[in-house]
Amino acid sequence: MLHLGLIAALVLLQFILPAYHHGNLARIMVLSVFAMGYNIMFGYAGLLSLGHAMFFTAGMYGMGLSVRLWDIPVGPAFVIGIFAAAALSLVVGLLALRTIGVAFMIVTLMFSQAVFLTILYFNPITRGDEGFVIAQQVRQIAGLDLSNPTTRYFAALILFAICLLAVLWLVRSRAGRVLIAIRENEERARLLGYDTWAHKLAAVVMSGTMAGAAGAAYGVLFGSVGASFAEVPFSILPLLYVLLGGPGTVIGPFVGTLFMFYLRDLSSSLTDAHMLVAGVVLILLTLFARRGIMGIVRERWLKWLP
Amino acid sequence: MEFGPHLILAVLEGLVQASVLTLTALGLSLVFGVMRVVNVAHGEFFMLGAVFAYWVASWMGGPAAIGFVAALIIAPVLAGLLAVACDWLILRRLDYDPERTIVATIGMLYVIQQVTLMTYGPDAHPVTPPFNHRLAIPWFEFTENGFEFYYPWGLSTTSYKLFVIFAAMVARMGIWLLMAKSKLGLILRATQLDGETAQAFGIPVERVYAFVFGLGAALAAVGAVLIVPIQQAHYLMGHDPLLLSFIVVIIGGLGSLRGTVVAAILIGMSNGVISVFFTPTLAKILATLLVAFVLVYRPQGLFGAKPA
Repeated sequence: MLHLGLIAALVLLQFILPAYHHGNLARIMVLSVFAMGYNIMFGYAGLLSLGHAMFFTAGMYGMGLSVRLWDIPVGPAFVIGIFAAAALSLVVGLLALRTIGVAFMIVTLMFSQAVFLTILYFNPITRGDEGFVIAQQVRQIAGLDLSNPTTRYFAALILFAICLLAVLWLVRSRAGRVLIAIRENEERARLLGYDTWAHKLAAVVMSGTMAGAAGAAYGVLFGSVGASFAEVPFSILPLLYVLLGGPGTVIGPFVGTLFMFYLRDLSSSLTDAHMLVAGVVLILLTLFARRGIMGIVRERWLKWLP
Repeated sequence: MEFGPHLILAVLEGLVQASVLTLTALGLSLVFGVMRVVNVAHGEFFMLGAVFAYWVASWMGGPAAIGFVAALIIAPVLAGLLAVACDWLILRRLDYDPERTIVATIGMLYVIQQVTLMTYGPDAHPVTPPFNHRLAIPWFEFTENGFEFYYPWGLSTTSYKLFVIFAAMVARMGIWLLMAKSKLGLILRATQLDGETAQAFGIPVERVYAFVFGLGAALAAVGAVLIVPIQQAHYLMGHDPLLLSFIVVIIGGLGSLRGTVVAAILIGMSNGVISVFFTPTLAKILATLLVAFVLVYRPQGLFGAKPA
């Protein structure tokens, strides 16, 4: 109910927001899809990845390169991007899940770094650091121009709503409960007869695929594809969004993205060093508010919050 | 240049890189070994070493040698004290929980890096080396007159680079003496083996942790001060040393100091040599993938004997 309300509110906001915030909100919705994907792994299954940028860029480049090299229309290219991210997350999951804890974080970090360097290495194809632009005239699906602010907003909203409801469905399903059991006590979940490895792998693939969908959507809606999206800070951002919004809550990632986006926006008038805010918030969160905003809300007031 | 002289040059460059890398990686390895936490901000303490060195050297003025010696002492101490403060204010309150510590040190990474950007600025600055003689290296060839030495063009190194290699060796000896021979080393090793038992025997474990965290940062800073006359100080320079140290510490076996030194020399040398003959990007891709696969299939590292 709350979640349908949020979607309805976002539909309404489209008509009343001034242009600047309207554009921001479209971006925030796409980024919070990225964060929601991250949350499946970190918030529910308890797997801390430091390399989610690789899934985001897999989606982005899967989409972008099929448009650039083979002139595939944006719609099918978007699907190719999602499949690219799903395939990468399957491979990474199969390898990385053989490790746990700190080793898992470093393995994901290293794979992500390898993806970033590979993009740089194939500079003639990927245009490396500079990236490339998806031309405005090809950015349309079924005759709708996705570079138009209103269609862009609704496209972002549709993706956001699908992912939000998918996560909601997931956490209410049996599989979602098993994931939470794994987060709380993997040993016990295994003793109860659940195949924890298969559940964790499924979580990685779902998480990576959702991150890839966000990446592909970012490329389609905002028209730019570049290697900077594969760098380490872009893997830290979803962690930051989820930690701030509340790990293990369905709307936490959106709340975290919204707050962080505007915090950064406000601080940019004070200083150019925009990652400073991210660093300070990360330290403060680990020190004082481990459950994030929605986590605290759930603890204090809304016990039923999924 | 022929292949032979080219290879010598590559090996010399590799040795310089490897020397600095051993110090940085030893710092990371020490922190991981004793405290069981991963310090993601390690590269930033390296960068701070270089930036402090620039500040000290330019503030002292006078002959380059005095500024350099002062920097070599003051910069690591400052970086170490800052690290102790971070440990005391942040990590201690997290009970050194591995995952939360990683998140907090990621935060520290950005705070340190961005504050440096705001104060030191986005430009790179050099530090003058205390001495810098060009040393030509002879090479031989067989001519009709038999075996002859000559000095190929371009085959040279500087006295300062040789000094870096030597100084890093001295620092490594110092660390070895500290860990193996001194009372403090005994305390560190006891804490590493079993923190709780060490505490029961009256070792102030919290203070040991703070000291180790500071020492790790100081070691990184020493490496940075040594390299800064060759490579300028820049606020983003901590990134590569961090990744390389990660690679070294993992391949050498987490927590094993000897493995770290061996792996640092291996990785530093091969990185130098591969970068001369191929592209540095390819070298980095291979190294990062190697690390990922070592962690997946041989978590104790290539040189670690006991399973982690």
